[in-house]
Amino acid sequence: MTENRTDREKMVSGVGEEEPGKIDDALLSEPEGVFSGQQTVKKTGLNKEERAYRWMVRRKKGRLFIKKWLATVIAAFFAILFLMPIVLTITNSFMSSSEISSNYGQVFSTSDTGGKTYISEKVNLKFIPDMVSFSQYITVLFKSPDYLFKFWNSVILVVPIVFFQLLVAVLASYGFTRYRGRIKEMIFFIYIILMLMPYQVTLVPNYLVSNWLHLLDTRWAIWLPGIFSPFAVYLLTKFMRRIPISVIEAAQIDGAGEWQIFRSICLPLCKGCLCSVAILIFIDYWNMVEQPLILLSEDTMHPLSVFLSKIKNGEIGLAFAVATIYMVPTLLVFLYGEDYLVEGITYQGGIKG
Amino acid sequence: MKIKKFAGKQGNLWKEKSKEKNKEKKRITKRDARGRKVSSAFLSPSVLGVLVFFVIPFFVVFFYSVVDNPISHQFVFLDNFRMVFQNAAFRQAASNTMKFSVIAVPLAVVLSLGLAMLLDSKMPFKSQFRTFFLTPMMVPIASIVLIWQVLFHYNGMVNDITALFGAGKVDWLKSEHAQVVIIVLFLWKNLGYNMILFMAALSSIPKDILEVAVLESAKPWQVFLFIKIRYLSSTLLFVTIMSLINSFKVFREIYLLTDDYPYPTVYMMQHFMNNTFGNLDYQRLSAAAIMMSIVMVIIIGILFLAENHFGRDVEG
Repeated sequence: MTENRTDREKMVSGVGEEEPGKIDDALLSEPEGVFSGQQTVKKTGLNKEERAYRWMVRRKKGRLFIKKWLATVIAAFFAILFLMPIVLTITNSFMSSSEISSNYGQVFSTSDTGGKTYISEKVNLKFIPDMVSFSQYITVLFKSPDYLFKFWNSVILVVPIVFFQLLVAVLASYGFTRYRGRIKEMIFFIYIILMLMPYQVTLVPNYLVSNWLHLLDTRWAIWLPGIFSPFAVYLLTKFMRRIPISVIEAAQIDGAGEWQIFRSICLPLCKGCLCSVAILIFIDYWNMVEQPLILLSEDTMHPLSVFLSKIKNGEIGLAFAVATIYMVPTLLVFLYGEDYLVEGITYQGGIKG
Repeated sequence: MKIKKFAGKQGNLWKEKSKEKNKEKKRITKRDARGRKVSSAFLSPSVLGVLVFFVIPFFVVFFYSVVDNPISHQFVFLDNFRMVFQNAAFRQAASNTMKFSVIAVPLAVVLSLGLAMLLDSKMPFKSQFRTFFLTPMMVPIASIVLIWQVLFHYNGMVNDITALFGAGKVDWLKSEHAQVVIIVLFLWKNLGYNMILFMAALSSIPKDILEVAVLESAKPWQVFLFIKIRYLSSTLLFVTIMSLINSFKVFREIYLLTDDYPYPTVYMMQHFMNNTFGNLDYQRLSAAAIMMSIVMVIIIGILFLAENHFGRDVEG
């Protein structure tokens, strides 16, 4: 209440009483309640003006309050929409397979399994299983090695790409950062254009090269283009160019060679950025579908992401558990490195930089 | 005499100084030259790989697209392009992809900007909401497709909800509405990423400008249109390009949802490419790839020009 009154006093009496400089200070130090508590209060009774002013303030506050809660409600609505599929997948993975086929049998039924299990007319989506059971997980993890094998395929395809792409990229981005010239800028521009090209364009050249080098149907066909993908180079270069040149020059004057500058100045400064790039690459390749479909013709080498779509026949009961297992590594990475991820995305913004 | 001598001395001194300077310059350039070489060496593995795996084969692809077959190398100029263009499947794929991008990309940009503004306003649990919005980006599509099939099934939850509003039942995945499902999935996956980009840009708008605008009693929409959008223009460009690229990747979702032979309205470019890979028809593949890259370059060029035009007086 007193706050309001001071506000009003200020308004009525005008600015003249205070020195201008002082008011500026107040403005700077308190951006929200500009004049609150900065000066002594002259006590006056409630008159018409006062009441009108109070009413205005209350209305304004009320509006702000409503706005705030409206924003929260909208955000919560979206958050539920965003999270629902994930939560559903996880909770459904704890259903026993008979429960799943009785709930969703209709969705996934094919002619060959249709007769065997009871299929309800309605698809009843359930958030919480009738009975929590780990039978799906036990089957997937211990009884059918097929899924674990595919999971291993995914790992063996993704991990080398992440590691070596980072290695190649961090070297290259140092090269792009030091002694910038016209040729290097041109090469960098080519990298950006390559980065922006969709798969439909880059897969054809990749296929041709793999064919020439007889790499088709081996993991190298996916590894090599992945390792030399320009994405990480672009991101790391953008980051490294922000390192103040004076730091590098100081090291040079102290007699450090290029390798030393790279090793003991640029690398430590880039640690955070390396983490974020690693996460971005990991998500991208963990999700891949196009490359294995085209470059690996044998099903046995396909990663779990491709295999999951073929699970439908007969083994729906397991599908949710497999899906959840496939989701776990990315969720762990996310929980560990959300801030790195956000940072990485932020650096990506603004192509010209 | 005296003066001359003095001048001579001065001259000599100056000469000596310049000599020293030259020496120093030479030393620096020597070191520079060495540094240049070393830094190029740092660059070499990546450049070599990119050359071998992307640039050189791209020229070969270009070559294939203008000859009649990879063995006899008859030059036929635009025949392959004409052939691809007359192919019904290609046309279907191209028009579907274009339709999808035209609808999905603006939606993605506008909605994510809205979300970013929402999180930029005063509200509780900001960081939690950010996490929630970002999670879909992390989750592999393959894991989520199952539940998507359940939700959009003919007897599924989405139809139950629309029935509450009096709409009729729709078989989402096996009708023209398939495109809607894919758009929803695309938005679900990509909004978080775009939102982060916008949030970063919003927080980098200079606060004093916004304060001045408020003091000058600018309306909120004026602040939004004349200040925020101006400062966001480069991010808008980037988000649009990224959404466009991701919209070409949507094949992944469609493939996982509906397998090789989807409903015709969601038959995309990548489906066409995949089928052509199956036949190993190099000419058609290369012509399609070249066409697509040209279209991409044109679109990106236009976006860049637009950004230069609208954001030219805003630094940063």
